[in-house]
Amino acid sequence: MARKAAANAAKNQSPTNFPEFTAEEELQAYRDMLLIRRFEEKAGQMYGMGLIGGFCHLYIGQEAVVTGITMASEKGKDAQITGYRDHGHMLVMGLDPKGVMAELTGRQGGLSKGKGGSMHMFSNEHRFYGGNGIVGAQASLGTGLAFASKYTGDGSVSITYFGDGAANQGQVYESFNMAKLWNLPVVYIIENNRYAMGTSVERSSATTDFSQRGASFDIPGEQVDGMDVRMVRDAARRAIEHARSGKGPYILEMMTYRYRGHSMSDPAKYRSKDEVTSMRAERDPIEQSKKRMLERGIIDEARLKELETEIRAIVTEAADFATNDPEPDTAELWTDIYAPA
Amino acid sequence: MPNILMPALSPTMEEGKLSKWLVKEGDTVSPGDVLAEIETDKATMEVEAVDAGTVGKLLVEEGTDAVKVNTPIAFLAVEGEDEAAPAEKAPDAAAPKESEQPGPDAAEAKSSQPTITEKAAPAAPQFTAESDPDLPEGVEMVEMTVRQALNEAMAEELRRDERVFVMGEEVAEYQGAYKITQGLLQEFGARRIIDTPITEHGFAGLGVGAAFAGLRPIVEFMTFNFAMQAIDQIINSAAKQLYMSGGQVSAPIVFRGPNGAAARVAAQHSQDYSAWYSHIPGLYVIAPYSAADAKGLLKAAIRSDTPVVFLENEILYGQTFEVPKVDDYVLPIGKARIARKGKDVTIVAYSMGMRYATQATEKLVAAGVDVELIDLRTLRPLDSATVIESVKKTGRCVTVEEGWPQGSIGSEIAARVMEEAFDYLDAPVMRVTGKDVPMPYAANLEKLALPNVDEVIAAVNAVTYRS
Repeated sequence: MARKAAANAAKNQSPTNFPEFTAEEELQAYRDMLLIRRFEEKAGQMYGMGLIGGFCHLYIGQEAVVTGITMASEKGKDAQITGYRDHGHMLVMGLDPKGVMAELTGRQGGLSKGKGGSMHMFSNEHRFYGGNGIVGAQASLGTGLAFASKYTGDGSVSITYFGDGAANQGQVYESFNMAKLWNLPVVYIIENNRYAMGTSVERSSATTDFSQRGASFDIPGEQVDGMDVRMVRDAARRAIEHARSGKGPYILEMMTYRYRGHSMSDPAKYRSKDEVTSMRAERDPIEQSKKRMLERGIIDEARLKELETEIRAIVTEAADFATNDPEPDTAELWTDIYAPA
Repeated sequence: MPNILMPALSPTMEEGKLSKWLVKEGDTVSPGDVLAEIETDKATMEVEAVDAGTVGKLLVEEGTDAVKVNTPIAFLAVEGEDEAAPAEKAPDAAAPKESEQPGPDAAEAKSSQPTITEKAAPAAPQFTAESDPDLPEGVEMVEMTVRQALNEAMAEELRRDERVFVMGEEVAEYQGAYKITQGLLQEFGARRIIDTPITEHGFAGLGVGAAFAGLRPIVEFMTFNFAMQAIDQIINSAAKQLYMSGGQVSAPIVFRGPNGAAARVAAQHSQDYSAWYSHIPGLYVIAPYSAADAKGLLKAAIRSDTPVVFLENEILYGQTFEVPKVDDYVLPIGKARIARKGKDVTIVAYSMGMRYATQATEKLVAAGVDVELIDLRTLRPLDSATVIESVKKTGRCVTVEEGWPQGSIGSEIAARVMEEAFDYLDAPVMRVTGKDVPMPYAANLEKLALPNVDEVIAAVNAVTYRS
């Protein structure tokens, strides 16, 4: 069954049958991806200035994944949960860029009041559950979100992201087993950016087709071009529909790439410059989207420039806020440890 | 014209070598273009442009060593920006703080008290436990085992709140490995009483995720020895969640099951995790002895919005106690129980430690020692006030537990007594604990590894100078 689903997916993605976007969808996707890109570039710069501390994992290069998936999900209803490379998820889900950036700088106006940092942000309202720092932990947690959906019958789907590195953690398979055993509405998104920190997929994984990692649990899976937002949205629709209709979990392996190091302090010696350069030149999700829009006459250079200015203004506002917002009050040291009685 | 600054590439980087410029003055750059390479002791990294513009003057020559972080290394004229505009505001107030200057110089420090340069942390809020509820006059007491009490507590809460469910290995069809969940499947059905595969890490995490989404899971571990597979989810996901989210997302979940030594099950199945979990801010840790406390505290745990580790004891499951027959018996978390009032010595115990302490107390009282016996019941938050007040009266303190001595609950009690009641002590605090060894299998050695009544009596004799 798993293999059949993958074969269908391959057919859907044949070059003669691209899932096209409407003009409006192209624009929305472009805007969301550009916001992530510019936000992350700014975050990298602010890290360099010492305004952001500790670990900071940028999403640059992977923008199409979270953008396409969120387009296929029901905002405010479906839950999303990921690991520590989480800034992009929050921006696309509609969380305030000021709150995200201020959390990165550890200020009181941050989404977690400055107490979580880059890796720990959450929103009940937007149903975003982090922001989790332990590799693979979100696989079990996300399966629990799906359990709650089935228990209450609220019709939501849990969209649970993890990377190629986490895909080798034991609890991922404990979760796959329970998710299929109980047919929980969960879509596992494996963001395969080829490197678990500095170790390539080939050096870490006995089998490298992660979409088939659910085969022994009878969970269908597909490999998807994670650099093309249209492909991502298309596959996500299939997967989410599968989960929502009561058929249980689904795996999407997103073939993607991060341009930056694993975290800010990663010298990226484990891959060649050419690899990064050719990926950026040929596969960049934002450039592809821009090119398509220009070719289809959806947008012109002047409007592109305006859009760029708009996005930069949002990012600059976020950065200014995050730079000038005060650090949390020292009394916050002792709050939020125990729930109010 | 914004300055391009020497970036920090890691939280600890203070300076680096500007090894190579990859642009020259007058070049047009776009965001993401590589401007320069810098070298630190750890790595060679690239500096990328953030803004589009034209490279102005290069301020630092390539090959320059020890360029301090945040030094301007070049000017950039931003596209469309008025060149006369003031330079981008330096992040003054919010700039990374200069590393704290070392305190006053050594000579000065010698002759006076060292000056405290760091701002002190605000004081921790005082924890004040609520008192047990008053029981109605002449309330009927019924005899009940700890097993029945735990079972009733869960059944009552399952009836009360649709969001409560029980999951674990053998909790449903098998009726519980230790029969604590007996009958629950029959009353509440398979939707709410859920047999899991043998997959502690996975179902603990699944439970926490369900709690994030608003359910109130009771996760049973067949024993807490197996919860070591899941301890990451208990601590990193459940306990820290509320704090990391700035108060937004809580994890109302109970992890429960037998803890500590059973009998003749050897090292891997005989361990007391009380001190381990009690170490963690963000958790409540409960370890009852009596059936009444088991019932009242488990009900409180299930209603708690804070995650709870509820440590039971297999040997106590079959022990019978009197439980008040009231409609809704809920006890306050964090309140110790004075099991016997006395004035000569304070014995502090919990869970199985209470069995040794109770038997020792009977003998000691018979011998004329007026023991005050305190059952902690909750290990976090710890009811210091009750212990301190007692020690101020008795001047002597003995702790009893099955766990290992180093970093034990007794160690914590001893420290707090020393800090808060030092002047009242007439003898050092003594700890009676399990021996500092993995649990042996042989019957004679196992007996020696556990604490016993005679050791409690000997400790009391020592602190009362009766030996």
